[in-house]
Amino acid sequence: MYKIAVLGDRDSIYGFAALGLETFPVDTAEEGAKELRKLAERDYAVIYLTEALASQLSEELDRYRESLLPALIPIPGVHGNTGMGIQMVKKSVEQAVGSDIIFNEK
Amino acid sequence: MAGRTQVNPTRMELTRLKKKLVTAMRGHKLLKDKRDELMRQFLEKVRENKRLREHVEAGIKAANKNFLLARAGTQDEVLNTALLAPKQKVSLETDTENVMSVEIPKFTFHTRTPDENDIFSYGFSFTSSDLDDAIESLSDIFPDMLKLAESEKACQLMAAEIEKTRRRVNALEHVMIPELQENIKYITMKLDENERSTQIRLMKVKDMMLKEAHGYETI
Repeated sequence: MYKIAVLGDRDSIYGFAALGLETFPVDTAEEGAKELRKLAERDYAVIYLTEALASQLSEELDRYRESLLPALIPIPGVHGNTGMGIQMVKKSVEQAVGSDIIFNEK
Repeated sequence: MAGRTQVNPTRMELTRLKKKLVTAMRGHKLLKDKRDELMRQFLEKVRENKRLREHVEAGIKAANKNFLLARAGTQDEVLNTALLAPKQKVSLETDTENVMSVEIPKFTFHTRTPDENDIFSYGFSFTSSDLDDAIESLSDIFPDMLKLAESEKACQLMAAEIEKTRRRVNALEHVMIPELQENIKYITMKLDENERSTQIRLMKVKDMMLKEAHGYETI
């Protein structure tokens, strides 16, 4: 049985606790990286991170990119949407196709 | 370019290379088909991914707005106590689906209490209704968040596989196959050349022998 974790600054994630997700408030990127590594080794299948944190941990994200679990998903935090989540999708498209053909059509 | 890799110009080597070429051609065709199909499915998935992400991001933004209101209207301590002991707990079951030899995860979630909407871990008397709204809006978006996780992971895995397959296809198409063809050509030429030289040698020997025996030359 797997669990779901939410990682980020406290203000952005405390609401998820009510849903029954496990929240792990972190303040700095180093703390986040440490926590992320710890969570990834345990049975968390999905880890949501705030975009602010995710943008500082891109190396860590790349490490788990090609493994089946966990799925690391950036979500916008309380400070607004930085567009980082969409950026990740774009990266996938670029990796597969060679150029970005999905997001150019707008 | 001939003989980039040193080959022995023998018949056995020629047969071996020809067999290798046939395998390489077939592998190339198969991999190309795999790449095309993966690409088709990937594009479908990535469109869904994009749609989900936009939806989820908008939902979370709305929820955050509500949370901000809730925080503004409630004392921090009250808020913390309200959310201190969550009533609900979500556990996840994962399954894998095989899409063109890429394993992608499938998630289904279970809640601890039978009612999924049993999310309010506090009495309603001391907290503002904004908090209820906030939590509810977050809970509404949650199934889509899970779907997003699923499809985003699938996209990442498929993108990696497509890249790998594309490299293999290109390696076969632009390196392996031309090299094999080159080598086969080289061996055929060399063998032909050997045959011609043997022929000439025999003719010469015949001439010499005739001259020795009868004292005349054919040409």
